[in-house]
Amino acid sequence: MNRTARTVIVVALMALIAALPAFAMGGKEAPANPKVRLATTTSTENSGLLAYILPYFTADTGYTVDVVAVGTGAALKLGENADADIVLVHARALEDAFMAAGHGTERRDVMYNDFIVLGPAADPAGLASATGAVDAFKRIAASGAGFVSRGDNSGTDVKEKDVWKAAGVSPAGSWYKEAGQGMEQVIIMADGLQAYTLADRGTWLAIKDKSSLVIAYEGDPTLFNPYGIITVNPGKNPAINAEGARALLLWITSKRGQELIASFKVGGEILFFPDYRP
Amino acid sequence: MDALGQALSLLATGDTETWWTVGTTIRFALWSTLFSALPGVPLGAVLYLGRFRGKRALAAAINASMAVPTVVIGLFVYSFISRSGPLGFLNIMYEPAGVILGQSLLALPLAAAMTHTGLQKMDPRYAETLLTLGAGFWRRLLAILREGRFVVVQAVLASFGRVTGEVGVSMMLGGNIRWHTRTMTTTIALDASKGEFERALSLGVVLLAVALTVNALSHLAARDA
Repeated sequence: MNRTARTVIVVALMALIAALPAFAMGGKEAPANPKVRLATTTSTENSGLLAYILPYFTADTGYTVDVVAVGTGAALKLGENADADIVLVHARALEDAFMAAGHGTERRDVMYNDFIVLGPAADPAGLASATGAVDAFKRIAASGAGFVSRGDNSGTDVKEKDVWKAAGVSPAGSWYKEAGQGMEQVIIMADGLQAYTLADRGTWLAIKDKSSLVIAYEGDPTLFNPYGIITVNPGKNPAINAEGARALLLWITSKRGQELIASFKVGGEILFFPDYRP
Repeated sequence: MDALGQALSLLATGDTETWWTVGTTIRFALWSTLFSALPGVPLGAVLYLGRFRGKRALAAAINASMAVPTVVIGLFVYSFISRSGPLGFLNIMYEPAGVILGQSLLALPLAAAMTHTGLQKMDPRYAETLLTLGAGFWRRLLAILREGRFVVVQAVLASFGRVTGEVGVSMMLGGNIRWHTRTMTTTIALDASKGEFERALSLGVVLLAVALTVNALSHLAARDA
């Protein structure tokens, strides 16, 4: 009896847990296919922007959004493989190639922030007196102070490689570390190594309280970081939610979507500046 | 100690998302344990009872496949269930079903190998007696699993522990989607990547509690044998 009773209890407990309902998220009348899958970058998701604006989208339209946060390169690949209905990314050259290859149906500018060079407060490479982003990168390479790279083909990584190229430096050697990780992780690593790194301002503002690094260089127009949204070509696969994707594209570039982006602040600072021009 | 306190307060205050994540992890794990044990346990018993060519090779292959990293399984399954893959029409990529499929494949060899090696520790005369009594193969299979039920329970619990603790499959096939496929381990990975070590650690404590519970149940099963 003892063992039987125990078995019954264990089975009953497991059944109870298995039956736990998935908490339904609120929203109004659901459209025919209410789920939109958005592949995007870690910067939009981890900064908290999407968690802030998407509930409004759900309330306005009835669509819920499944967010898969990866690097820009991976997000575009998901679009190419039809595993996402829409992508929100930041690497203009890759986005144009994506459109040219016929993977997307429509691309719109959404918002921008900018990249900044983070580094130790002591500033061993002397970036305080750098004349531009290219000069700042040259100084880092010349000083041999450490640099941590995303190394993951993300939008930030692509921008970083562009600046190295412009500086005429092919980064390699023990001072240059390719982390292959997300932005926060790279900032944490750079902090640990007291090295420099290139970061998007949004992620930096979200994480700066946990870091001893400071902004070593900022303000060069080449460090401008624009985000684009692209609906994936529904001709690729019948499962693609083209209506939902278009609804999100229209909403995020609408007056309401753009105002919500501008109203998202961390520590009193705006993280992303809306810039859709009809 | 701080993390422990925070974990307890997160759970005690009924933080919906934390509880939801814990519940999702366990729901996924129950399904994938079921789907790995259903073929895995009989497979282990067949390895124990069967007399056929290539049996040792099969056992070796099963043992070897336990060493396949979770991300490789994730990648492999992704190539099939991606909408551009051969099973894309199922539409289970970034869905709970995709995670459960990957986790089941992950735990299947473990369930088979645990059953196989566990049965080998039983008195061999039991299987021999069944054979001399003239019982057919399937009769013997059922009888040996009934006699060795503690082995089965341990194999099932080991599979459960394996899938609750893995991160590669859940991350790659589930996409760590909030309110959808986010599990304890992918939350921990996300929180750690955001530098929120306390929150990550507090979920780690919950995960540890789950692991210890499974372990204790496993010992209970062994003691009952």
